[in-house]
Amino acid sequence: MDNAIVATHPHTHETAVAAEHEHVVLPQHRHHFETKEQQREAATFGMWLFLLTEIMFFGGLFFAYLLYRNWYHDAFVVSSNQLSIPLGAANTAILITSGFFMALGVWAAEVQKKGLLVLFLVLTTFFGVAFLGIKAVEYHEKWEKHHIPGAHFDVSQFINPQAYGLKEKPLAPDMAQKTQVFFFLYFAMTGMHAFHMVLGIGLLFWLTWRANRGEFSSGYVAPIENFGLYWHFVDIVWLFLFPLLYLINRHPGY
Amino acid sequence: MSATHTIVNLPDQRTATIPKRNYLNNEDGLLSWLFTGDHKRIAILYLISITFFFFIGGAFAGLIRLELLTPQPDLVASDTYNKFFSMHGIIMVFLFLVPSVPATLGNFLIPIMVGAKDLAFPKVNLLSWYLYWIGGLFTMAALVLGGVDTGWTFTTPLSTHYLNTHVVTAATGVFIIGFSSIFTGLNFIVTIHRMRAPGMTWFRMPLFCWSNYAASILMVLGTPVLAITLVLVALERLVGIGVFDPTKGGDPLLFQHLFWFYSHPAVYIMILPGMGVISEVISTFSRKRVFGYTAVAFSSVAIALFGFFVWAHHMFIMGVSNYSALVFSLLTMLVAVPSAIKIFNWAFTLQKGSITFETPMLYAFGFLGLFTIGGMTGVFLGALGMDIHLTETYFIVAHFHFVMVGGMLMAFLAGIHFWWPKMTGRMYPESLSKLAAVTTFIGFNLTFLPQFILGYLGMPRRYHAYPPEFQVLNVLSTAGATVLGVGYMLPLLYLGWSLKYGAIAGNNPWQATGLEWQIQSPPLTENFIETPVVDHEAYDYEWLAHKTAQEVTTVG
Repeated sequence: MDNAIVATHPHTHETAVAAEHEHVVLPQHRHHFETKEQQREAATFGMWLFLLTEIMFFGGLFFAYLLYRNWYHDAFVVSSNQLSIPLGAANTAILITSGFFMALGVWAAEVQKKGLLVLFLVLTTFFGVAFLGIKAVEYHEKWEKHHIPGAHFDVSQFINPQAYGLKEKPLAPDMAQKTQVFFFLYFAMTGMHAFHMVLGIGLLFWLTWRANRGEFSSGYVAPIENFGLYWHFVDIVWLFLFPLLYLINRHPGY
Repeated sequence: MSATHTIVNLPDQRTATIPKRNYLNNEDGLLSWLFTGDHKRIAILYLISITFFFFIGGAFAGLIRLELLTPQPDLVASDTYNKFFSMHGIIMVFLFLVPSVPATLGNFLIPIMVGAKDLAFPKVNLLSWYLYWIGGLFTMAALVLGGVDTGWTFTTPLSTHYLNTHVVTAATGVFIIGFSSIFTGLNFIVTIHRMRAPGMTWFRMPLFCWSNYAASILMVLGTPVLAITLVLVALERLVGIGVFDPTKGGDPLLFQHLFWFYSHPAVYIMILPGMGVISEVISTFSRKRVFGYTAVAFSSVAIALFGFFVWAHHMFIMGVSNYSALVFSLLTMLVAVPSAIKIFNWAFTLQKGSITFETPMLYAFGFLGLFTIGGMTGVFLGALGMDIHLTETYFIVAHFHFVMVGGMLMAFLAGIHFWWPKMTGRMYPESLSKLAAVTTFIGFNLTFLPQFILGYLGMPRRYHAYPPEFQVLNVLSTAGATVLGVGYMLPLLYLGWSLKYGAIAGNNPWQATGLEWQIQSPPLTENFIETPVVDHEAYDYEWLAHKTAQEVTTVG
């Protein structure tokens, strides 16, 4: 076991001294790291750990969702049917496209093509914003249908679905109230996801600006790489949210 | 103490000087501190901050004990009393205990111990200190605006439905402090994985690094769950949706699960770094390698792992199913195993060692005894039948104060005294500090031993009045609290004094083996002039003797 761990630090004293001279080459190299590989590894490792904390953060919400889905199954099914699958599916495709361009961006940074990198970052941002735009349309629809939890929340649609032209089974009033729990969790989960997207888009602007200045065109790609990890993580969260919130319990032709 | 009874090895005080260039005087001015990336300076910033909050939290403890001096509710009204113990708990847990050893001693020492120039992410480290203060200010704001009376546990639906105090402000504070803790833990894990000097293998690392590593795992994995829980509590209060409120279809038990999923591991976040301090101190003042080094190292990780699977023992009377209560009771008892491994290994380290009784060692002895009592009573409480009798009584209060104050605070003070010469380059006054250690020990026992009896007799916690037959024990406890207060004021005074007037400590006053003792005190900003190459393990006293012998020959 000792050997395996020592292997992550192959540099002997001599290479460490050599690295002292080497770090003058890269302006981004921080002084307390021995080598730029060590700096890159540390940054990536730190990012993975941060994503681990993010998983735990979203984990609490997923746990609450699964618990209440079991408790208030009927209310959750009916309210889940209120979400628009076309919009959700379109958003899934858009987000995956955005992630695809992000992956290309990491590649462009690695092969040191500045123009391509900027282009791919802009495309990533564009599709990210498109996702948020569609999300806003969905949120607005919820507003119009009085599905936003709080004082304006209205359950009449679930108590008397026929009157609203819905093919759902009517819910008893107390179960219908529980649709509010669904919509609260829907807004909490997608809202938290959207918040991560907004942060990511902010970072994308900053990275695009830096990339345009040529900061990532000389072999220093850690920020692009690590932001890529973050962006893919946000994708993956959505890939769990979409089936859990939209698709579960839907049947073809329903 | 005559020189034959101690190992203190100070340079000749007539000629000794503090090194001309060190991290303290490398740059001048307040801004050079507020924008520093140096892990040692951030450690000092943290030390000042947590000391400030410790005394605020301590003032609330004093007020609580003062109210409990008499059976009648005569000092404050009941809701004010509720605010006292809530603020005491929130401040002590989140603003003192969680960051105490990791953010001060850990920040200062871990990079040096693994032979690195700094933590992996110095800016993130500084950010963590700012987040700590922002969270601290939110907590202070909640306090100044009129307090919060949920208890430190933010129990729902009390916190979301019934109370009209500053729950959201306090929860925001704790949420933000949580991120400061996450960033500290993340920094430690990356540093220990990626920044070790050549030859510093995992099993040559000091046990202090191991225990902080284990605590960091808990910080990184546990704290986000607390964060999302507090977000939900705040949203439930603000929007009024039933996630936790049963009148609106929520499940208060869900809150308990989510909250204790963090807050039980949090007690290991608090105690594990302290255990690391004790390993270093006991080894140094017994002049022996820590007995069963590997077992102690792995027991830290085992505590971290088991710690994640015992949270429901806080909920035995809250309506969890009998079967899960059985499983959690069993798992709770299992955590006692790695803790006992540590205690036994420290005892065997002492055996046949050349023990000397410097101040850090006195605190460490205090830790051993008090933590053992605290841990054993934890096993009582983990037993289902006992728990139903004892939960929500003063027995619980005594139990966790034995672990947190008797354990962690003793370890913190042991560590502060042990590394004070390294951090400041000066010694604290020896006899006064011994007096403080003994005062603390006596005061602590006088305060909290009666509470075990009170709890066993059935005095409930969180009430500001009690039946008159409990008064004698309560008076003892309050008397003890005043002694304890003196015990904590003393170090503040003489450590402050020693900054200017203490004897010059030299590089290695304790003749200890760790890497941090082989560099100058106070250290250089970059710690090491050249990257050390490690060829011995952390507790190799023969290597040290050999090295010292060589030094003598070269000088002579």
